[in-house]
Amino acid sequence: MSPLLSLAVTITLMLYVLAMGIGLARLMRGPTAQDRVLALDFLYVVGMLIMLALAIRYDSAMYFEGALLMVLFGFVSSVALAKFLLRGEVIE
Amino acid sequence: MNLFTPLPSVGEAITALLLLASGLVVLVAALGLWRLPDFFSRMHAPALASTLAAWLVTFASIAYFSTRGDGLALHVWLIIIVLSITAPVTTIVLARAALFRRRHSGDDLPPPLKPQDGAAD
Repeated sequence: MSPLLSLAVTITLMLYVLAMGIGLARLMRGPTAQDRVLALDFLYVVGMLIMLALAIRYDSAMYFEGALLMVLFGFVSSVALAKFLLRGEVIE
Repeated sequence: MNLFTPLPSVGEAITALLLLASGLVVLVAALGLWRLPDFFSRMHAPALASTLAAWLVTFASIAYFSTRGDGLALHVWLIIIVLSITAPVTTIVLARAALFRRRHSGDDLPPPLKPQDGAAD
């Protein structure tokens, strides 16, 4: 890996972590519950992007499965939380 | 060319550019999530991360793993396919939940379509 790509991956990871920090601030502050669910969904997506960037950083294809699982778990948890906000119970 | 030649620099340059662009897009999405005033306008910002940034990272990953001489590495498309199926479902369910909760707490949402008296638009 060339120094250029290594630097680019490092800067990208820093930007991701900054974005996650802002999303975490929204998660902590969020005036209503749906703001918190939205911030959690955003954190899942950024975590998936971090996994894909780490796959390039460590030159390994194993991170792909982790990123795919992260997408699926993020979807399930966000839909379950939104359903809970809508009905008061997840499975009815 | 022996086994230990460095990577072709064109693929690495494309990968670096796409990664940096996705980092900036994600930062814009986070700033929108923080700065926008209302929940329903705040819902628009994370879609930027789950569409454009995910596409950019996918293209970066394809550009990186495909220029190593092992042929095309297209399995990262699967993430984009799954994400473009699941992200609208999450958005719709969350918007309905937010609408229900706001109406339940007494707000009259959505606002009427005709412009208000004295509205400057």
